[in-house]
Amino acid sequence: MITGTSPEELIRLYRLMVTIRQFETLAGELFAAGKIPGFIHLSIGQEASAVGVCSVLRRDDYLTTTHRGHGHVIAKGGDLKKMIAELMGRRTGYCKGKGGSMHIADFSLGILGANGVVAGGFPIAVGAGLSIKLRRTDQVCACFFGDGAANRGPFHEALNMAAIWKLPILFVCENNCYASTTRVSYACSVTDIASRAGGYNIPGTVVDGNDVLAVREAAAWAVERARRGEGPTLLENKTYRRRGHFEGDPQRYRDPSEVREWEEKNDPLTRYATILRAEEVLTGELEGEIEAQIQAQLREAVRFAEESDYPAPEEALEDLFANP
Amino acid sequence: MAERVISCSAAIAEALAEEMERDERVFILGEDLVAHGGIFGQFRGLPERFPGRVIDTPISETCIVGAGLGAALTGMRPLIDMHFADFVTCAMDEIVNQAAKIRYMFGGQTKVPLVIWAPDGAGLSAAAHHSQSLESWFTHAPGLKVVVPSEPADVKGLLKAAIRDDDPVVFFQHKKLFAREGPVPEGEYLIPLGQGAIKRQGRDVTLLAYGSGFFWAMEAADELCRTGIEAEVIDLRTLKPLDFDTIARSVKKTNRAVVIHEACLSGGFGAEVVARINTELFDYLDAPPLRVAAKDVPMPFSPPLERFVLPHVGDVVEAARKVTYR
Repeated sequence: MITGTSPEELIRLYRLMVTIRQFETLAGELFAAGKIPGFIHLSIGQEASAVGVCSVLRRDDYLTTTHRGHGHVIAKGGDLKKMIAELMGRRTGYCKGKGGSMHIADFSLGILGANGVVAGGFPIAVGAGLSIKLRRTDQVCACFFGDGAANRGPFHEALNMAAIWKLPILFVCENNCYASTTRVSYACSVTDIASRAGGYNIPGTVVDGNDVLAVREAAAWAVERARRGEGPTLLENKTYRRRGHFEGDPQRYRDPSEVREWEEKNDPLTRYATILRAEEVLTGELEGEIEAQIQAQLREAVRFAEESDYPAPEEALEDLFANP
Repeated sequence: MAERVISCSAAIAEALAEEMERDERVFILGEDLVAHGGIFGQFRGLPERFPGRVIDTPISETCIVGAGLGAALTGMRPLIDMHFADFVTCAMDEIVNQAAKIRYMFGGQTKVPLVIWAPDGAGLSAAAHHSQSLESWFTHAPGLKVVVPSEPADVKGLLKAAIRDDDPVVFFQHKKLFAREGPVPEGEYLIPLGQGAIKRQGRDVTLLAYGSGFFWAMEAADELCRTGIEAEVIDLRTLKPLDFDTIARSVKKTNRAVVIHEACLSGGFGAEVVARINTELFDYLDAPPLRVAAKDVPMPFSPPLERFVLPHVGDVVEAARKVTYR
């Protein structure tokens, strides 16, 4: 069932998925407790997509992400302390408190930024791909986006441009069934967004986005193609957004039973744990150990953030220009 | 030795050739570049001299600018050719929401060495979608630098400086001025961003201009001189960061100011300059500063209509007379 992947790697993926789940759960709690200003968008239930794709990226590969981007940052190796501190608006956060949940980046990890504008990442990813080509390296860029972004112009310009130049890009659609409050079945002209790849003469693949190993396999194929100079791929990871568009969303647009059904029958973490237990890679003991370790890491991250200062007000005037 | 005289167009190509020679990270991205040398022929010679570094794109302005940004974030130093400045509307998110903000909102983690080169301006009966002067949209967006050169030497010096700058620069150049010639130093010649230049000395009134407006100001100064009014002409050259020190020194001397631009009046950059003069130099003023600008309509097509909408040398002369009460 699981070929070619070491038990250590399988557990690494599991650990990352649990980390994202617990990070997002914690972020929701901190938000509800009034400790995170503004608004946040959680990716609970979409962990397999982030982890499956990022598991085949190298540290020097690039990634662009979205307003629902915590999971991608974690999966690419993001620092939990700096993330929580940023969410809480502290000067020790990734962006010194200037970005918040929707604007986390870590250029040292190739994370070119989360983006507050739906479809904002496409053109940037094309630029990263072009830069890779001009610099003649074998890096790739993963461009994460949602089903909503597939209806914006930049999606189409980017797929076309990446296709004609054969840029090393993975366009990763996380079709979580909702664009803000609007159902994909209403807003999108096609059932499978992956089918739009045909319009740009690139491969498009529908993937069970809640199966981390399926995502990993599809992404690995796309990454190999990209590194060989064969161009971009569109992956559509079918998944489900279990939380509201934002925390506090009254969710008048769907029946709670729909969410429960996905939770009970198609939870990416439960599905993966079941496989790992069947393969005897994951034991109850190890599961508990991982859980405890991640809880401790997150407690430490919250402590770090809470003990960190807010930026001084006048720091708002810093960091505008590199050459002031 | 006689100074070498070349056109604004040749100054662009020279600046780019020198910078591309100097730094292999510099490349040009835009429409109609390779076979055509740019829609105005302004990049002629570069595609042959730097194969693979002058890159034709599909007509996809959003992605052209965004790709420049993505490349700038990952180690390159692109110059984007906007084709016509008017088409920035198709890439406003990439310029204003992304390029301008990325360094700041990510806490200074990265640099954005990106030049968005945009040929602007009217006077060619190009009508409402190919004639605009949109600089004030971008001076209003924190995080961008805005350059509007006039003479060929400024084009060269400022373009080279913009390419070496680590921040996003929107570089407007008036398309009617491409053929305009002037002395341009050969070889290494840089004008730091953020420095205005006093291009004509005078004691009676300060004319503040940039781009096409600079030439109207110079002509007006000649005419004013014949009637005994000595105008000082400052070419602002960079609107952001603005060299207000040079403006202030001049206005403290002349006590009168007129701002001239081709962009339409309301909300134009002249409003910003006049506001600052009024606020910071109120005690030095002998008359309210005036603005000379285009009328507040889209640029019409037919020559008499276009001529009527655009400001003229005569308007500058009249404004200067008004503030000098002569």
